[in-house]
Amino acid sequence: MAGLIPARIIAAPSAIVATAFTLVASGELIPDLLVSLARAVVGLAIGITAGAILALIAGLSRTGEDAIDPPMQMLRAVPLLGLTPLLILWFGISEVPKITLIALASFFPVYITLFAGIRGVDRKLIEAGRVFGLDRWGVIREVILPGSLPSALVGVRQALGIAWLSLVVAEQINADHGIGYLIMNARDFSRTDVIVVGLAVYALLGLGTDAIVRAIEHRTLRWRPSILKATT
Amino acid sequence: MASLDPQGDDVTESIRARGLTQTFGANRILAGLDLDIAPGEFVALLGRSGSGKTTLLRLLAGLDEPSGGNLVVAQPRTVVFQDPRLLPWKRTWENVVLGLPPQGARERAAAALAEVALDHRTDAWPLTLSGGEAQRAALARALVREPALLLLDEPFASLDALTRMRMHVLVEALWRKHRPAVLLVTHDVDEAISLADRVLVLDEGCIALDLHVGLSRPRSPAFAGFYDLRRALLAALGVEAHDDAPLEAFAAGI
Repeated sequence: MAGLIPARIIAAPSAIVATAFTLVASGELIPDLLVSLARAVVGLAIGITAGAILALIAGLSRTGEDAIDPPMQMLRAVPLLGLTPLLILWFGISEVPKITLIALASFFPVYITLFAGIRGVDRKLIEAGRVFGLDRWGVIREVILPGSLPSALVGVRQALGIAWLSLVVAEQINADHGIGYLIMNARDFSRTDVIVVGLAVYALLGLGTDAIVRAIEHRTLRWRPSILKATT
Repeated sequence: MASLDPQGDDVTESIRARGLTQTFGANRILAGLDLDIAPGEFVALLGRSGSGKTTLLRLLAGLDEPSGGNLVVAQPRTVVFQDPRLLPWKRTWENVVLGLPPQGARERAAAALAEVALDHRTDAWPLTLSGGEAQRAALARALVREPALLLLDEPFASLDALTRMRMHVLVEALWRKHRPAVLLVTHDVDEAISLADRVLVLDEGCIALDLHVGLSRPRSPAFAGFYDLRRALLAALGVEAHDDAPLEAFAAGI
């Protein structure tokens, strides 16, 4: 039953669906999926935490900004995926270079948006907080952090997108587990159906994590008029 | 040397300023200003744009330090700004008790909101409030702290005319009930005469005119004496009110 396009170029949709079921049933897909997911989660956790901490230091104090922001702006200009050879030289072919790449990639969007968000908080609201008796920590907790959250969450969503991208790149180099490994292996046997299933899994993982952040946005930013209108 | 006494020890006045100066670079905004406001006194402050009203209010609110002079302000002191400045991520009642201890906070907020007839909006998000409602919430936030001094920075300027009239009545009633000293910064001469015991005119960094308003309350522009006060204040503000055309001059604005 030959299709319009040879299976070597791209497999038929029916074959892809069938392969997806086979891969799940045979227990090949799920372990690889979990390996990829774990890499992404650990990398993201490190990257987002570090980005948030440095953005808080730079955003909340002039000294912190002078110390942190200029080097960050310089490093940001480095194409991160180009660091892969260096990371391999430094950390070998273990999990470390893969997670480092994801952490670095997700670090910058969070740093930049949270820093901008902190600096963008309405000065008038900060003054109001001071007039009504908030101390410095109170102003940070009640005014600056909630005020910079919308911007920071945009950064987290960007970080997720770029983290999946870095994961794909990281997993195509000397991986022996994970969706990337599954895809590279399939290439060697011209299994376009398996490659497409792998890509679909990446896409679904990306969609899933984005949905989680959108749900967090919806919950924490429910005071915003656009969200209020949508829910009432 | 500037000295600030936030506790207001041995103050008999709600505000006592002596030789207050504020300079920004070469700009001298306040030039040795003297000001006394007694406890419970309602004072309005008029002045042209750039006369230093905002600068003075920021000093009184403790948002800036004076460059020189002596300032003692009674505590607690609260502010209603021109814009409501409610935190959009806190519900109305949480804004009212911002920075206050959490014990019984909701009840205190509800009581304060009831005083400004906003108890039906206790749980509302600030961005869903109308302009008048938001400003009433800001008033509740200022009153719930039982201030000795209430600073009002053009709080009605961005409200429509009808809402502004209702706010005048509300502020006067709340002042009569709680008796804080009030300093109302405004552009509106009629508003100043209607509400205040004394009307001050700020010009070039000094109090240029200090006028006692001896009219009984509640006041109306139809009162004898209202027109003379208005004319004196407009003259001090640099607007000549001619006898034959007083209303045109008034309508020309300040």
